[in-house]
Amino acid sequence: MQTFLPIVLTLILIAAAILTVHLRDLIAAIAASSVISLIASIFFYLLQAPDVAMTEAAVGVGLTTAIFVITVRKTRRYEE
Amino acid sequence: MKKVLALASLAVIGFVLVSTLRLVPFGVNKMNPQVAERYLREGVARTGSVNIVTAIVVNYRGFDTLGEVTVLFLAATGLGAVLFDKRGKRTQRTPASLIVKSAALILFPLIVLLGAYVFVHGHLTPGGGFQGGVIIATGFLLMYMAFRSYDVSHTWLMAIESLAGTTFVVLGLLGLVYGRSFLYNFLPLGTANAVFSAGVIPLIYVAIGLKVGSELTGILDHLMETIR
Repeated sequence: MQTFLPIVLTLILIAAAILTVHLRDLIAAIAASSVISLIASIFFYLLQAPDVAMTEAAVGVGLTTAIFVITVRKTRRYEE
Repeated sequence: MKKVLALASLAVIGFVLVSTLRLVPFGVNKMNPQVAERYLREGVARTGSVNIVTAIVVNYRGFDTLGEVTVLFLAATGLGAVLFDKRGKRTQRTPASLIVKSAALILFPLIVLLGAYVFVHGHLTPGGGFQGGVIIATGFLLMYMAFRSYDVSHTWLMAIESLAGTTFVVLGLLGLVYGRSFLYNFLPLGTANAVFSAGVIPLIYVAIGLKVGSELTGILDHLMETIR
């Protein structure tokens, strides 16, 4: 269990990173990038850095996602 | 030509990295071990803050934190300057459903309370001014999303932000007057693990929390005003 959880999390992290780059729908890409922040925040917690985990969860998952969604709404949703 | 340049710069960066890291054995603690040990051994006795991360961020490296707050302030000001006079009409946004509205009304005070708890207890539990401020801003984001005509008074935001920033600098200057250096901890340390302890650290973190919260709420307000 000790090694199982980080391996699964790392696989999800890499998959989300690849999706973020390759998705043409920018809203979906933003969702994938917020998954990266979520997994990174879990990793910070597992590595005994709760302060950084809180910052990553609040900024990366919450505010940055919202700001990106608002920006995409101002411009175009699909990448060419 | 571009590919050759990219390959050449990659080769230079790789050479420098390899030649630097070659001298350091893998897995060895490269930092000066005495510094970290000293913070862990003497931190609580010298600063009164049980959370050593807070002791370092606000006390040992307080000047860096002042710089970070200034960077955030400049970012908010720049965004306001770029988006100035670009407000769209808010009327075309689809209204949120009744469930979202009711849930937002219940959750908003709780989120703000959690944010305030995080920055008031910054010297006792994980978290601090930045985390608490961001949590408060997410509460305001929820209100912006739930209600079309929701608006925060710019005058209040500006007043809270400037007051909090001034408090930070004035506390630092008072340390210069009553102590030995800028941001010197001149108040009594009190007993560790109590809310009113650690001298100026809780005061500075409350100021940072209010400043970050009002700045990020201002950024969200500017962005939401431009949505058509």
